[in-house]
Amino acid sequence: MTEAKVMMTVRKIGERISAIDIAGEVTGAAETPLIEAYTEAGTDANTVVLNFRGLEYMNSSGIGLLVMLLIRAQRQGQKLLAVGLSEHYQEIFQLTRLNEAIALFEDERAALASINVAHS
Amino acid sequence: MMTIPPENASSKPTSSRDAGNWAKPVDRLKVSAAPGSALNLNVDGRQTVNPLKGFGQLWQKTYQVRLSNVTVSPADVVAIWKERFSEFQPPENRFYPSVAGVKPGEVVLINAMTPGGPVSTGVLVMYSDEESFTLMTPQGHPESGWVTFSAFESDDCTVAQIQSLARANDPIYEIAFRLLGSKLQENIWRHVLTALAQHYGISATVDLSKTCLDPRLQWSEFMNVRHNAQMYTLLYTLTLPFRKLVGSRTN
Repeated sequence: MTEAKVMMTVRKIGERISAIDIAGEVTGAAETPLIEAYTEAGTDANTVVLNFRGLEYMNSSGIGLLVMLLIRAQRQGQKLLAVGLSEHYQEIFQLTRLNEAIALFEDERAALASINVAHS
Repeated sequence: MMTIPPENASSKPTSSRDAGNWAKPVDRLKVSAAPGSALNLNVDGRQTVNPLKGFGQLWQKTYQVRLSNVTVSPADVVAIWKERFSEFQPPENRFYPSVAGVKPGEVVLINAMTPGGPVSTGVLVMYSDEESFTLMTPQGHPESGWVTFSAFESDDCTVAQIQSLARANDPIYEIAFRLLGSKLQENIWRHVLTALAQHYGISATVDLSKTCLDPRLQWSEFMNVRHNAQMYTLLYTLTLPFRKLVGSRTN
């Protein structure tokens, strides 16, 4: 299988909120780094924000990984949000109807604001 | 304390090299012209569905065949696969690509025969590049999700793979899959890979690995049954003599 051309960086961005910065290519080869990043991000977090600002390429296997991530989040009682998607990738989320399961935001400020509204 | 990194206004790419590989979002499928003798049923006006929307357990199934002792690139394998997609199917599972072929946004009609009777439906070509293509199912299809056909290099050999990520669309299909349907479907994809390997003169074994990613039934999707394509196909088939009779009287 092809080597993963992706970098995942995990950050804590709030009270029980983590972010994963995704840079590079999200293809089937990204499965291990993505799962490892999510495991780290999901520790002590009930919301994980996926930052796609650095996304350069995604194929259908990559979208499949997001589905697997969503299933895992649902089973762990966690919420997934997405930020930084270009117009092109927002269209892909619409095409695959993932936008019905993962809320999309322009940036982290907007995502965090929505969490604060939900909790207030 | 919240930590928000500075936003770089120029960091968003203006175009992506995968842009031409994806279909455009569609609200509902539309078949402009049914190819050949295909029955166009249960596709027009249907929405596409993803692996999160179905009723049944979510399974990921990966079928692989090694094209050993053959010098062929993954891109060449997938090119042949797209060109001869219908021919590699078993006779009871007829696929009818559009005139444009297996390209993003095109609809492939399916007329299949199962132990439960005929089922006419279709799929959307969601994604297509040189080394893979992915089909996405609509409402009423036995499955809710997608299946990816691909080829890649592994240990100096080209491997052809089919990977499905899907749930049964409704309770009727879930029962059918658990009884016999799952085995029948696995036989279909085994047949496809075997036929592909035979195209290259290889008699190879198909390896299958499967994982239940989510064993839960999604009762909120129970009413998907109202779109059940097999039910409508059966109704269409049973009423065909009456419609022909009415048609001949009005002419």
